[in-house]
Amino acid sequence: MTAYLDHASTTALRPEALQALVAQAGLGAGNPSSLHSAGRRARVTVEESREALAEGLGARPGEVVWTSGGTESDNLAVKGLFRARRDADAARNRILVPAAEHHAVLDCVEWLEAHEGAKVTWLPVDGTGLVDLDALADALGEDVALVSLMWANNEVGTIQPVARAAELAHAAGVPLHTDAVQAVGHLPVDFAASGADLLSLSAHKFGGPVGSGALIVKRGTTLVPQQHGGGQELGVRSGTLDAAGAAATAAALRAAVAELPDTRLEGLRDRLLEGLAHVPGAVVRGAVPGPDRLPGNAHVTFVGCEGDSLTYLLDAAGVECSTGSACQAGVPQPSHVLLAMGLSATEAAGALRFSLGWNSTDADVDAALAAIGPAVDRARRATGSRTSRRRHRIAEGAHR
Amino acid sequence: MRVLAAMSGGVDSAVAAARAVDAGHEVVGVHMALNRNPGTLRTGSRGCCTIEDSLDARRAADLLGIPFYVWDLSDDFVEDVVEDFVAEYAAGRTPNPCVRCNERIKFAALLDKGIALGFDAVATGHYAQIVHGADGRAQLHRAADAAKDQSYVLAVLDEDQVAHAMFPLGDAPTKAEVRAEAERRGLPVAKKPDSHDICFIPDGDTRGFLADKLGEVPGEIVDENGAVLGSHTGTYGFTVGQRKGLGIGRPAPDGRPRYVLSIEPVNRTVTVGPAERLQVKGLVAVDPIWNSPAPAGPTEVHVQVRAHGDPVPAVVELLGEELQVTLRAPLNGVAPGQTVAVYSGTRVLGSATISGTTPVS
Repeated sequence: MTAYLDHASTTALRPEALQALVAQAGLGAGNPSSLHSAGRRARVTVEESREALAEGLGARPGEVVWTSGGTESDNLAVKGLFRARRDADAARNRILVPAAEHHAVLDCVEWLEAHEGAKVTWLPVDGTGLVDLDALADALGEDVALVSLMWANNEVGTIQPVARAAELAHAAGVPLHTDAVQAVGHLPVDFAASGADLLSLSAHKFGGPVGSGALIVKRGTTLVPQQHGGGQELGVRSGTLDAAGAAATAAALRAAVAELPDTRLEGLRDRLLEGLAHVPGAVVRGAVPGPDRLPGNAHVTFVGCEGDSLTYLLDAAGVECSTGSACQAGVPQPSHVLLAMGLSATEAAGALRFSLGWNSTDADVDAALAAIGPAVDRARRATGSRTSRRRHRIAEGAHR
Repeated sequence: MRVLAAMSGGVDSAVAAARAVDAGHEVVGVHMALNRNPGTLRTGSRGCCTIEDSLDARRAADLLGIPFYVWDLSDDFVEDVVEDFVAEYAAGRTPNPCVRCNERIKFAALLDKGIALGFDAVATGHYAQIVHGADGRAQLHRAADAAKDQSYVLAVLDEDQVAHAMFPLGDAPTKAEVRAEAERRGLPVAKKPDSHDICFIPDGDTRGFLADKLGEVPGEIVDENGAVLGSHTGTYGFTVGQRKGLGIGRPAPDGRPRYVLSIEPVNRTVTVGPAERLQVKGLVAVDPIWNSPAPAGPTEVHVQVRAHGDPVPAVVELLGEELQVTLRAPLNGVAPGQTVAVYSGTRVLGSATISGTTPVS
């Protein structure tokens, strides 16, 4: 039995979502864009799901654009908004973005910088990952196309002042996108009240299926589509609509929102974080637990350890967590979030993120707390041993 | 035992890991990321440490049902293997980077980290055998398949390293049999071609790689009497025994081919001469490493000076930290910097780095 503490990477399907997914997928053919009865039946599902999703997020149904998930939503938001703004006013070609955003935003921004002449102002964050609003206010001006600011950080869990940032941006005539992938289903999210113009979400982070998500687009916001085809979603996002995915996403959000505020999860996280903080050399990163931090997030760096040693040792002990965000290439790089927060590469190397979710239990926390002490001890010895033999050899061969 | 299987993404290391699993060990696969530039990790060039290799290794580990990790040892690799390689060429010697990698990466950086994390051994896909002697100590021996034997590149391991090494392919009858075994096991790497070149020079252009690192260092090509025959842009472009690419226009007076006899990086001189002057009857080697008791007094052994060279009978004697090697039969084209591996029968006793040679004539 393993303790799964990597819910920020992906969490299990909620039973309600699984039921909706299977029920809809089992209905047989039905393209929501078709005019016959099978199509109409699928369309009813998609539209009911759209209404339910909007209701759970304080948005209007017409503001929901279904996508394949967080990365697609971020791409559509950042590239689509940048291109629309630039097309309307060529002088507006600057993007304001904190350096601690998710790669789905950062890499879009860097791509636009490299290929489409975007100018970028990287906004500083403080030692907890919180964006500097004064820097944002200073950078806002006639040349700014958009601001992108995540709702909550995926690594250290720090919640950003999105509403305040949106006010500042709007005062300068600039729209704001928020990547709320980690927030939706974990925090009360009210799109209208937030003032954001665009909001990205991903179903599998709150118990929906992988491959489903949405971009919430405030009425009146112009986006240049990033994929072209059948003209679905008012032409903004072509592609056959996924009725089963939409139904499961809506069901998962409904179940997740019903649990908010999730004091049970917060209680588990507080106990975990307190135990982790007692490990020698542990430093808790991110905002103080409470209203400014994701309820399921615990992030700690361990002095003198390498994250890949820790994840191996914990995995071997049946505790599944991560060093930060999941990395496709598999080569550990120091987290850009921690570097932006001012940590050195050495400090950042010993990072672990534990993230709890809807089906986390006390037993998961117990397992992590039982395993962490010995793992940190051993990982620290491994760091120390690394170069001893080599140094010895080089000293021997020095006269060559 | 808890075994760390070094998995390159090739067929040998995948089958080695599979055999370690079959033997009942608790095996964890590790792919070493050795290239410092993450860009090239993603561009899929040939050779080691491309992202494709790491995915092949991961796929094999998944099929074997073992955990798999990528460990970044690129800092160690660049410092201990790549920079050593460049420095050795700059000093007029001929290094073998695979030897260095075994000595300082696979059975040092990787092994040390593994031991610290609770592993007992590192398993690789090398063709060599660990045999336990009457005293219970681990001995390093040649592979069963003489054609694939790789004990030479492992001769730099000391006793402690050998004691923590595992070579599951050592008794494989042939490489073809290992490929067939990979096929039987359903490993997708079964048909993957062997890697040949130096892994950090995937295009095979060693001279160009060195020129990038060392720049132009022009000098003269002379014969044994000091007569200038031509010029070059860097002594690092030459190896003792080299015949092609000397760039000397005129043929020798006697019409016979000329070979590189020696390289003097300080005065930037490459000396060439006839083939018979390449023959050596004795070697001096430094930095000896023994995985067995060091020879006491003159000892009859066999020595081997390159990975796929034939062993030659010789007498070795340790004088201080210097190994004197008297060859019973002459060797051709031996370059300073090469490793001389010392064998007793099939057993590797140790090795040293060649620092000088005694010509036959």
